[in-house]
Amino acid sequence: MDDFILRASMAGVLVAILTGVLGVFIVWRRMAYFGDTVSHASLLGVSLGFLLGISVNLGIILASLSIALLMIFLQRNRGLSNDTLLGILAHSALSLGLVVLAFVEGVSVDLNAWLFGDILAVSNQDIMVFGVVAILVLGLLFYIWKPLLSLTVHEDLARVEGVNVTLISTIYTLLIALTIAVGMKVIGALLISSMLIIPAAASRKLSSSPAKMSAIAVIIGIVSVFLGLALSYWKDTPAGPSIVIASSFIFTLLHVIPKQSH
Amino acid sequence: MPGNLTSQNSSQLLASLSDISLSIGGRTILQDISLQLHAGSILSVIGPNGAGKSTLLRILLGLQQADLGEIYRQKNLRIGYVPQKVIIDAQLPLSVRHFVQLGGNKAETELKTVLTEVGANHVIDFPVQSLSGGEFQRVLLARALLRKPQLLVLDEPAQGVDVSGQAQLYQLIESLVKEHNFGVLMVSHDLHLVMARTDKVLCLNQHICCSGHPEDVSKHPEYTNLFGDLSEAAGIGVYMHHHDHEHELDGHVCPLKDGEKCGAHLHG
Repeated sequence: MDDFILRASMAGVLVAILTGVLGVFIVWRRMAYFGDTVSHASLLGVSLGFLLGISVNLGIILASLSIALLMIFLQRNRGLSNDTLLGILAHSALSLGLVVLAFVEGVSVDLNAWLFGDILAVSNQDIMVFGVVAILVLGLLFYIWKPLLSLTVHEDLARVEGVNVTLISTIYTLLIALTIAVGMKVIGALLISSMLIIPAAASRKLSSSPAKMSAIAVIIGIVSVFLGLALSYWKDTPAGPSIVIASSFIFTLLHVIPKQSH
Repeated sequence: MPGNLTSQNSSQLLASLSDISLSIGGRTILQDISLQLHAGSILSVIGPNGAGKSTLLRILLGLQQADLGEIYRQKNLRIGYVPQKVIIDAQLPLSVRHFVQLGGNKAETELKTVLTEVGANHVIDFPVQSLSGGEFQRVLLARALLRKPQLLVLDEPAQGVDVSGQAQLYQLIESLVKEHNFGVLMVSHDLHLVMARTDKVLCLNQHICCSGHPEDVSKHPEYTNLFGDLSEAAGIGVYMHHHDHEHELDGHVCPLKDGEKCGAHLHG
């Protein structure tokens, strides 16, 4: 097998694992638009990475984390409803990213690659970065799993029972930002949030507990990655969109098939 | 609070509010509210919609800030909380067992004991979304009880429960208090049921209209202003001190337990 396909598979699997375990909480907490906002904003990180001459990976991670923190701050002092706020931030950040990119001189930036992903161009160094981020995200998620689930079910009840809701929510938001930063290179800024939502939503029918649902979301995500890459390899389709199509195909399949007894 | 004849004075003070006031956007929500919560005693807060009942609870629980006033909670007070509206997303596969365990990991036997105590052991493996209103309130109660609370805070515990279920639920709460000796702060608008099963009533309409033993409160002019017709129509429990008997929950007549309740209006 070609090296680049191996690297693409590894990167895809890492992204599927992270988006799967975190995505179920996005679905349960109805935060779909939040993922969109962070991923759109992460394009700004690409631009800033080029403009400031720092590593693009670092630029994306910093931009995602900053926009996530900004959102937490604005949500607390809100005058606007959540989705309005997210709508403003998402598109402002995306536009700012595109405009800033125009100021970057001497570098030809393949915009398509950042918007829709370029999984086949993933380098060994990228895999290393993804791996480190994955270990960090999974470790922290394991650590906050129970309080996070508790506040997802009922925030006030969790608070009275001693959960530090602000801290746990903030950690979770930052984990999403890190995951999007990693996934963006693979699936693209415009499509990465679909990997947070579609496998998670598809896994609901097969799941009888929260932990099982996130595990099944991971499996569906991984299957989607391999199906999408296969399509891309043999039919020369763009890899990111192919993966997303594979996951929505699985979602549709699971919803069309009559409900099994579980 | 002059002349409390119940055991409240001798029992432990768990928490209290002193002169709590809150206004939001110029509108007064709560004004000069004081209350005390003691072990082994039930305090019910009643009042019309928008009276600030839930807000008062949230302030006591530390979920919301008051503008003025003091909140006292005994150090490391363990609180069991039954919130008003719990809607769990249909996308979240959660069994009753798992839901209750989120309140604190407990051994299976303890879990079953508590669920049996509240009469909800038969739903332990069901998805929480499949429960009826009454079942879910019992499950919420079980989650609160598993924390071995010193204070139980209930926000309309009988909502979505049919009338006979409500009576059972209040009866259950009363018997739990007797057994475990925790204090209870309960918000409700199921007037007659609450009045029959509470040690002290606080009638709230932004300010405290009146407070005291159920029998006294029911005679208070502000109370009759707010609930007059309603409480007469309900006709249960509230006026039992006029008679030499009281009504059981199923309506049959039984002799009045002497002393305590009659004594209550000596200071009224």
